[in-house]
Amino acid sequence: MLYYDEESYNKPFSLGAWFLIGRFFRPFTGMLIRIALLMIASSFIDVLIPLYQKYIIDRFIVPGASDGVSRAALLGVAVMLAQFVSTVLFTRLAIRVEMGFSRDLKKACFDHLQKLSLSYYNTTPVGYMIARVMSDTDRIGLFVAWGLVDVMWGLSYVVFAVISMLILDARLGIWIAIMIPVMAVVTRIFQNRILTLNRKVRRTNAIMTGSFNEGILGARTSKTLVIEDENSREFDAIAGGMYRDTVRSATVSAIYSPVMMMFGAVAVALILVRGSSYSISGSLEFGALSALVSYSINIFEPIQHLSRIFSEITATQANIERVDSLLAQAPEITDSPQVVEIYGDSFNPKRQNWEPLIGDIRFDDVSFKYPDGDEYVLERFSLDIPAGTCVALVGETGAGKSTLVNLVCRFFEPTSGRILIDGRDYRERSQLWLHSNIGYVLQSPHLFSGTIRENIRYGRLDASDEEIDEAIRLVSAERAVAKLPMGADTDVGEGGDRLSTGEKQLISFARAVLANPRIFVLDEATSSIDTETERMIQNAISKILRSRTSFLIAHRLSTIKMADLILVVKDGKIIESGTHRDLLRKKGYYLQLYSMRFEDEIMI
Amino acid sequence: MLWNVSDGSRALYSAAVLFMLISVFCGFLLPQVVRFVVDNVVRGLPVYDIPVIPNILVLLGVERTTESLRKNIEAAGVVVLAIAAFGGICGYLYQRMLAQGAEGLILRLRSRLFSHIQSLPYEWHIAIQTGDIVQRCTSDVEIIRNFLFTQLIEIVRAVAFVFFAYVMLFRVDVPLSLASFVFLLVIFLYSFLFLRANADRFLPVDEAEGQLLAVAQENFTGVRVVRAFGREAYEVGRFGRQNEIYADLWVKLGNMLSTFWGVGDFLTGMQMITICAFGAIRASSGNITVGEFMVFLTYNSMIIWPVRGLGRVLSEASKARASLGRLVEILGSPAESDPPGAIETPISGGIEFDGVSFSYGDTPVLRDISFSIRQGTTLGILGTTGSGKTTVAHLLCGLYNLEEGCGEIRIDGININRYKRRWLRQNIGIVLQEPFLYSRTIGENIASLTPGRSPDELREAAAVARVDDAIMKFPQGYNTLVGERGVTLSGGQKQRVAIARAVLNSPPIMIFDDSLSAVDAETDAKIRAALARRAGSATTIIISHRMTSLSGADTVIVMEDGRIAEMGGPAELLARDGIYRRISDMQRIVESEISEAED
Repeated sequence: MLYYDEESYNKPFSLGAWFLIGRFFRPFTGMLIRIALLMIASSFIDVLIPLYQKYIIDRFIVPGASDGVSRAALLGVAVMLAQFVSTVLFTRLAIRVEMGFSRDLKKACFDHLQKLSLSYYNTTPVGYMIARVMSDTDRIGLFVAWGLVDVMWGLSYVVFAVISMLILDARLGIWIAIMIPVMAVVTRIFQNRILTLNRKVRRTNAIMTGSFNEGILGARTSKTLVIEDENSREFDAIAGGMYRDTVRSATVSAIYSPVMMMFGAVAVALILVRGSSYSISGSLEFGALSALVSYSINIFEPIQHLSRIFSEITATQANIERVDSLLAQAPEITDSPQVVEIYGDSFNPKRQNWEPLIGDIRFDDVSFKYPDGDEYVLERFSLDIPAGTCVALVGETGAGKSTLVNLVCRFFEPTSGRILIDGRDYRERSQLWLHSNIGYVLQSPHLFSGTIRENIRYGRLDASDEEIDEAIRLVSAERAVAKLPMGADTDVGEGGDRLSTGEKQLISFARAVLANPRIFVLDEATSSIDTETERMIQNAISKILRSRTSFLIAHRLSTIKMADLILVVKDGKIIESGTHRDLLRKKGYYLQLYSMRFEDEIMI
Repeated sequence: MLWNVSDGSRALYSAAVLFMLISVFCGFLLPQVVRFVVDNVVRGLPVYDIPVIPNILVLLGVERTTESLRKNIEAAGVVVLAIAAFGGICGYLYQRMLAQGAEGLILRLRSRLFSHIQSLPYEWHIAIQTGDIVQRCTSDVEIIRNFLFTQLIEIVRAVAFVFFAYVMLFRVDVPLSLASFVFLLVIFLYSFLFLRANADRFLPVDEAEGQLLAVAQENFTGVRVVRAFGREAYEVGRFGRQNEIYADLWVKLGNMLSTFWGVGDFLTGMQMITICAFGAIRASSGNITVGEFMVFLTYNSMIIWPVRGLGRVLSEASKARASLGRLVEILGSPAESDPPGAIETPISGGIEFDGVSFSYGDTPVLRDISFSIRQGTTLGILGTTGSGKTTVAHLLCGLYNLEEGCGEIRIDGININRYKRRWLRQNIGIVLQEPFLYSRTIGENIASLTPGRSPDELREAAAVARVDDAIMKFPQGYNTLVGERGVTLSGGQKQRVAIARAVLNSPPIMIFDDSLSAVDAETDAKIRAALARRAGSATTIIISHRMTSLSGADTVIVMEDGRIAEMGGPAELLARDGIYRRISDMQRIVESEISEAED
């Protein structure tokens, strides 16, 4: 994940990237303006403080007077109350903008991802999407809110302070005003250097984490290979690099702060040397001297803030560009406007216009290659699957058995040719219409956090508890469910982690059964269920599949044998097809697979 | 434990603290110059109770008289610059030495962790969760680094600030110092107690973020399920709700924090006003001068931020202890070790198991296993999942310890416990069912054991494992990177690369632990034939649940429930009425099915 984060940083500032997310600013315009005004007020108060001290010195300390102190103190308290109110208000507003802005961006990204095609998911690592939705949006929100806070405060502090110094004593103030741009340039140079070094540190850190990960994951293998020492040596080299990088970065920071301190010292020396003679001659009050010293020390902070914001603008721009590119990603599979008009889209379906699905599927001269591949995996393929047919796909792991299912489910569309459902090209109807009629059970079953009941209800959101119990019974899961601490109300944990793979498969099977679909897809769905449960579920399967069109991917022999049609896949292509008997007679690849699986099953 | 890894860092760290103190002290001298100029130069007061500065001026040749001072006012500027420069150099040295000290310690800590984990016994690796350990090695180390690099030094610095400031201030005016000090204490306690009391209020927010992340992650990994059930709208609602919850919690927390900051700012301002008002009273009674008052104000602004920060640092520093505890747990686990007098005599490969019993915890896995394999022959072990066949291999490699009285395993007639473990494992090439490949190039993976082999030798080994063709199909051939940043190999390809790795080393004993399970029967047979040719003289153990994989073995053991159910040559076992025969009969069903189909 970190690898993606560190790319494409050093681009010049461009307004274009910011325009693209312009629409997200709209709800926050009012709040942003209020923040800006509050920051001006806040910096004004900060500039007032040395002036207040000047007043105290000249009015009380120098003449040694104490009458009216309480009034002066009350005035001070009033100013501090104003500061308190302004701090509370601007921090509240800033947090609201920060969270609101990133919340809206998160929502937009997530919603958009729901529209993108499966091919996008197949070629994009989950970590990459998570980084877009979670961290990029966070950083943009953070920058929009707090960047404005820093810029407004810093800029107006510098302006107010310079004005104040020039009024206090133009002869001295002008010198400090001249020093400001010099300090700004030096700060920029250092911060750029530090930023570059820190980026390198983060990269090295990511590599080191990977190395730890591998060292621990691979430890068992390393032990049998007896290469522990080599691994440790290799790790030491990486950790040593990390040491060098961090020390280098720290060294630059170590030079930077004394250099900035020297600027302050130069200003103070100047004020003391020149200012003292003005004071002696009576043209400069002590209070003004004190205020000038304060300003010349305090002025760094806003300059540092401003400089940091400059660096962050380009960094945040990279975050924005990544979010933009996600939002600009067009879905590869879309319903045409005409289809949407009749059937509705995923978010506003017009179910009243949906025809019932019967389940005749026809591949008509279909050619297909994956968007990221360059070889056709299907070429001019035609196949008629009447409603109620059970199709089994067999082949080695990774041979490409899922391709046909991906096409039937319209996760991918044919590169050329048509797929007809109930006699009509499935592109003439909406994706949701088709998907609402498909039950899908995966080999590595995917559950969502929540209870078993909630997970099963995913299949049909309006199902009653009785219907869910019925589904559990249908897949013979009632014993497994009853064994759990809270029965069907047991929390399955993140991704269903608290259940065994077999239990997860049963639940996902019940989920599909509840949906009562016309088309059933079982993707190696019963591979981790023990033999006894398997036998029970076998009956359920045959019962459920009877009147439905179904696709079984590489199943137990008993399931494969009962299929009406077996398609044998090798290297992504269908090389044999027919019934079990036909294929055995051919003595081809199927026979080989069959005998191998036979042996595997004996010993499991 | 930190002590052990801190050699070479302690001196640097102490020097860093020393330089830090000097630079802080220099920082505190600068306002004294201002005071000196205001009181002694401009106002001409004759009292010189300011530390150091008059002495420096004398060194510069300026007399302690108002006239001389006024005439040589530039000297004050020089003093300011000199102090700043000296303080700056000390500040640079402090930060650099701190980095070297702290980072050096962390470097050694990381190395220790890594090599210690490598040396921990197999059982430890079976029992742990990888994610948890990686987390400790990264986040916990980072927390300790933060403690050494920032928190500890911040605490020392803040204490030094307060100490220097008040040592100087109390000399000037006790009541005003006292007033300022009490207020400072209030500010510190306010920030420390507030953060400590509210530390757990961050938890629900973190949890909400975790849940939001989980929803997104589950959606992305389960996208097929979402799409297949047409649940996009439902998911959008789910994410939207959690997203709102998270943002709202933060806004609520933000409201609390904004009050905290606001009150902090207000208290800080009030302290300044107290000094101003009380200072005016003290000045009117002649107890402090203008210059002294200015020192009060400046010192006050200098110490206020370190003290406010101290509250946060202290409430966070407690994390370091918990982190350290988690690391000590790893480093305290005993590493594998050889018994005294372990030997490294050449191994030729005769193996004997003599009455071996073994259990994981209370679960017995092997019961009274005895067999022997002559050097250079092949043993096949057939058994169902959980029959204990893999444990036989692991025991032979010394990955587990065989307890006293639980039998003996001998290689070339010598108990394996008498060999050095590393020696033993170097002489046994074992290929696991799910082998691990390192994220290096394929070539480097094959040659992990035997670096420096020629490309031809690599290809030859890969050819034996029938993976050379597949490797050559990658654009970069043997230089193709494996893993996250490179290609993803299929299970079968990984197994074959691992076989090539073992073959290249050609050890006297080779074990294939179901390592051809993801390879089709034809390739399986070809690999076994090539192995037989190549590893002719090696003692070979093939573990499998596939009968055909064992057809070339000299002896076959059938394991059932931790026991040897049958043992003998394949032909011998077929002749006997046992499990082996029954399995073989079942396989004939396929053949009868074919003939049936042909009718």
